[in-house]
Amino acid sequence: MSVLIFIDHSEGHIKKSSLEALSYGATIAGQLGTTAEGILLGTVTEDLAALGKYGIKKIHQAAQDSLNHLDAQVFAKIVSEAAVSTGATVVVFSNNLSGKAVAPRVAARLKAGLVAGAVALPDTTGNGFVVKKNVFSGKAFAHVALHSPIKIISLNPNSYAVRTGEGVAEIASLTVPADAAKVKVISATQASGQVPLTEAELVVSGGRGLKGPENWGMIEELAKLLGAATACSRPVADAHWRPHNEHVGQTGIAIAPNLYIAIGISGAIQHLAGVNRSKVIVVINKDPEAPFFKAADYGIVGDAFEVVPKMIEAVKKLKGVA
Amino acid sequence: MKILVCISKTPDTTAKIAFTQNNTKFASEGVQWIINPYDEWYSLVRAIELKEKDPSTVLHLITVGAADTEPIIRKALALGGDEAIRVNADSHDSFYIASQIAEVARQGAYDLIFTGKETIDYNGSSIGGMVSELLDLPYVSLATKFDLNGTVATIVREIEGGEETDEVSLPVVVSCQKGVAEQRIPNMKGIMGARTKPMKVVEPLAVEPLTTIVSFELPPAKAGVKLVPADNPAELIRLLHEEAKAF
Repeated sequence: MSVLIFIDHSEGHIKKSSLEALSYGATIAGQLGTTAEGILLGTVTEDLAALGKYGIKKIHQAAQDSLNHLDAQVFAKIVSEAAVSTGATVVVFSNNLSGKAVAPRVAARLKAGLVAGAVALPDTTGNGFVVKKNVFSGKAFAHVALHSPIKIISLNPNSYAVRTGEGVAEIASLTVPADAAKVKVISATQASGQVPLTEAELVVSGGRGLKGPENWGMIEELAKLLGAATACSRPVADAHWRPHNEHVGQTGIAIAPNLYIAIGISGAIQHLAGVNRSKVIVVINKDPEAPFFKAADYGIVGDAFEVVPKMIEAVKKLKGVA
Repeated sequence: MKILVCISKTPDTTAKIAFTQNNTKFASEGVQWIINPYDEWYSLVRAIELKEKDPSTVLHLITVGAADTEPIIRKALALGGDEAIRVNADSHDSFYIASQIAEVARQGAYDLIFTGKETIDYNGSSIGGMVSELLDLPYVSLATKFDLNGTVATIVREIEGGEETDEVSLPVVVSCQKGVAEQRIPNMKGIMGARTKPMKVVEPLAVEPLTTIVSFELPPAKAGVKLVPADNPAELIRLLHEEAKAF
């Protein structure tokens, strides 16, 4: 019996969302009185033994370079076989883009129930296994019972805090069949050096109220001072003021940062569907009737061009930046 | 060339989300139902474009749902497609739904199976992956571009922190999102034509659902916005730092 956690990485680094999954899986292992083990396909620069501090006893690694490109079919086979051979009763993924590719395949292969988008630890009272997840694009939660012997949970990024303690993980080398991926990767581009939006704890986002791409300097400056990622609303991405990968909302990326600052965004329901899981929402809008204020925790009714520079000054002062 | 597009019925994006029967059932009364936007705008429209380019293409739509999903699938047929298949079952378990789709897909020997990246109600992002595994086919998730050259597909997909261009020989399962195609509005000819397109109803396979929804819960109501005067943004920053501890 064990809890097996899939460790995702890109560019040689373990994803923050996977560290959350490790902490989450280790806590479940504690709940079930069993041990937590990790599985990593490919290679990373980090010291894997150090992942013990997240409560992980053992890491199974298949250190082949070919596995640094995620192929859903190849990965699902390896993870499923590892789940069976380690006697895993729970398999945990981050519900990030990699998890969305692999977890459903593992679930189907193992005939295991899947909860995709979990936001809390399972309720295991009375031999049950019930997991809370987001539904209706962040507008509600469902409590989902899993009935299969193996349970698969895909944990939403930014919904479980990373916990660390003491410990060193044992590294076990995983031999995998040399299954060639049927999907051939022609090229891959990574936006290096940026915090991916789904992992960002702080996000500063701009909308049509900013009038044009030339006015994004203050958004970027505020974001940089806060250590935040930048985002935008759909009309902004559609008008090519900002790149599409910054678009948050129903049709863009759904995020759940600790702080979401929306500047010049009215807050259409489709936009809210992508950001309503943010812990603190701040709205800066000159229209007091903007629907976003109803979903906000803090707000300023005012002109972004006057308010944002003053916010920048205040953050500089707070952080002691000249 | 045979394409199968998976269609799901979802509440409209602006629908009020509420629950009845002690929070165990979605309150569907008065709710406007739509085709799941990712299924409609991206996967269905891209499949129609492929058929327009090669009219010999056979395009089938599939949904797993009770009789009340028929208006939705007729709406999809008004955009395009030759016929629809409805598996007569009502379930929220993704493995159950994927098993039904996989069975139809297996019998129909489709070259290409499209799903949307997720449904906007249960947000599982699971059907495409599960169907591909059940059929032992490659799966390309979260596609933002899809091109076909003979029997080889070139697909751009979103990966963690970037994007990837892939090449894969058919058959393949692809989940589609923004970028793959542009939303279309059905025209009168399409709407009239959809009325007479075949709708095949098949009975489901016996599959044991692996999950059940025990109950729903609405997030706690927001306490209400705390407004800071426009001439004092420094106070906002102080509140965010000291009160909300947001950074």
